Amino acid sequence: MNDKSFDRDNPVLRAALLRGMVSRRSAMMGAAGVSAAAFLAACGSAGKNPSSGSGASGTASAARTAAAAKDMSDTEKIVNWSNWQEYIDVSEDGKSRPSLDAFTKKTGIKVNYTEDYNDNDEFYAKVRPLLEGGTDTGRDVWVSTDWMVARLIRQGYVQKLDMANIPNAKNLEASFQNVEFDPGRQYSLPWQAGFGCIGYNTKATGGKKIETITQLLTDPSLKGKVTLLTEMRDTMGLVMMEQGKDISKFTAADFEAALAMIQQAKDSGQLKGFTGNDYTDGLAKGDIAACVAWSGDVASLKVDSPELGLTLPAAGYTLWTDNFVVPALAKHKKNAEKLIDYYYDPKVMAEVEAWVNYIPPVAGTRAAVAATDAELGGNQLIFPSAETLAKAQVFRPLTADEETKFAKAYSALTTA
Amino acid sequence: MADAAVLSTGSSVAEGRRRRNWVPYALLLPGLLWLFVFFVVPMITLASQSLQEGNVDDGFVFTGNVAVYGQALTTYWPQMLRSLLYAGTATVLALVLGYPLAYFIAQKAGRWKNVVLVLVIAPFFTSFLIRTLAWKTILSDNWVVTDWANKLGVTSVLQALGLTANDSLLFSPFAVVMGLTYNFLPFMILPLYATLERLDPRLLEAASDLYASPWQTFRKVTWPLSLPGVVAGTLLTFIPASGDFINARLLGNTQTTMIGAVIDSQFLRVLDYPLAAALSFVLLVIILVLVASYVRKAGTEELL
Repeated sequence: MNDKSFDRDNPVLRAALLRGMVSRRSAMMGAAGVSAAAFLAACGSAGKNPSSGSGASGTASAARTAAAAKDMSDTEKIVNWSNWQEYIDVSEDGKSRPSLDAFTKKTGIKVNYTEDYNDNDEFYAKVRPLLEGGTDTGRDVWVSTDWMVARLIRQGYVQKLDMANIPNAKNLEASFQNVEFDPGRQYSLPWQAGFGCIGYNTKATGGKKIETITQLLTDPSLKGKVTLLTEMRDTMGLVMMEQGKDISKFTAADFEAALAMIQQAKDSGQLKGFTGNDYTDGLAKGDIAACVAWSGDVASLKVDSPELGLTLPAAGYTLWTDNFVVPALAKHKKNAEKLIDYYYDPKVMAEVEAWVNYIPPVAGTRAAVAATDAELGGNQLIFPSAETLAKAQVFRPLTADEETKFAKAYSALTTA
Repeated sequence: MADAAVLSTGSSVAEGRRRRNWVPYALLLPGLLWLFVFFVVPMITLASQSLQEGNVDDGFVFTGNVAVYGQALTTYWPQMLRSLLYAGTATVLALVLGYPLAYFIAQKAGRWKNVVLVLVIAPFFTSFLIRTLAWKTILSDNWVVTDWANKLGVTSVLQALGLTANDSLLFSPFAVVMGLTYNFLPFMILPLYATLERLDPRLLEAASDLYASPWQTFRKVTWPLSLPGVVAGTLLTFIPASGDFINARLLGNTQTTMIGAVIDSQFLRVLDYPLAAALSFVLLVIILVLVASYVRKAGTEELL
């Protein structure tokens, strides 16, 4: 019953899933161009994945469909999964991943688990040339953030999931079900949701807690030892909230003001750099004193490095979801679906949560967790209360123009 | 009879020469083909890419947009300048460190010559990335090197020189230049070794017979004769170092970004292909101009 107070019809969590990034209006604008592109593609190389290189086509092409490869699942008992770091349960000695081993034992399918998803843009840049050229990426399933899922669907780079292979999908929390970036959840199922926050290492800060973004960006004792995320929505979201803005309806001027604040910190030598998920190592070692981080990462690193601290800033923090998708031409689609199905068992998800400390999208996880570890059931990072969620904000969807403009401005800051 | 014999040999020699004439060209062909496919074609693609406009979603279209070059220069000139400065510093450091070592190996190492040479090359058995990551560990805040540097006051000196920002060595211009110097040092040592090894010891003896001091001998004999090695070594160090993107990324901070890292992220993260291509060309031209004037000044065109 506690479950219900947490998830059902939670406006914030629901809003999180609306983060479809390209707004509906721009999706419509794109539709006209799409039919032309589809027509061109039909005339051109049949069988190949429709590419985005055909000139001035639409931005948002819901009509593009991903090519499927011959599914080898029945003969090759493997599935290739690309995921972010610190994003799955690990055994005490750090050598195995118990939930994956249990999956292999149960189904006979071996999982090639690779932690090569460091950053949405970077990963996209890595697989896009393959997908565009109609080549298999060598991956059967990966986990992309909401706005990236929107882009992958739009460009026809991910396949529809066969729900017949995922009966457990019925356990999907109601608040995660209808999302703007994937209406009816045809292409994606969430893996975890979580917060963008501040992480710090008290060993490197001299025992000091880092409580606000302003402190992170200006405290001279942190000079040269601060990192921010290349993930624009988390870094810019946190900074805009620090400046008192509502990121579900910010303006271009708000965005620029936040950029200026980061630029100032950069010019003063406060920043060590911008990172993807690879900040975890430096933070644990103390080379990074404080940074913009993802909630679960810091919480799970804390198990081995108790000197780490985590702040959900009082000014507000970002909320996002990461989702399973199956790319075009994946050779083991059915195995990937079986894998997703396996994790949609609340008992399995409960095991994962005890380690990753993110918000599970599977109904019944809380009850399963509470049965084994009552304390974990009260963890605000895993099962946030209405109060915790009230301060979480969701980065609003961007129009295609905005996405290009904002991403360019932000990348000028992160790359130089 | 004799005349005829002479004539006939003459013509067969001429014929042979003619036949042999095309052989060198035929031997050049695979190399030229290689250069055409893997150098000329990518260059042309890059040039056309730099003049395109568009984005990843809609695709890129050739528009002949030259403005991108201006944008590349005005936005990223600090990174461009910094790269040349860091690469230049690393080259000078590598020369200062590498010359005595190369001289030692070539002239004094005796039967240890091969062992020392292998030691110079040994780092190449591990990847460039791993070697740079090792520096990250060596210069890490929680390790002896930084501890000692702090105790001995080295860090305060570096800080006063503006080479580090705080009491740590890592993530500073100092660390980046260190990394560059270390990584490209073998490229300096090997050509220097090759020229110094050919140095005739009798010339040095002659110099001392003529009452030259060791310094004069070095300045008038050794150094001029090793110039081809110096030029080759500095070029082999400077050119790759100025385009390097690993050292600045792993050992630097946001104020030490080099142009290679900018090009890398523009190509692979931001996906702004035209800007990345334009930046590559600007860097290429700058290096070409610098190298050409350097070689001219060193007066060693015939030695290259």
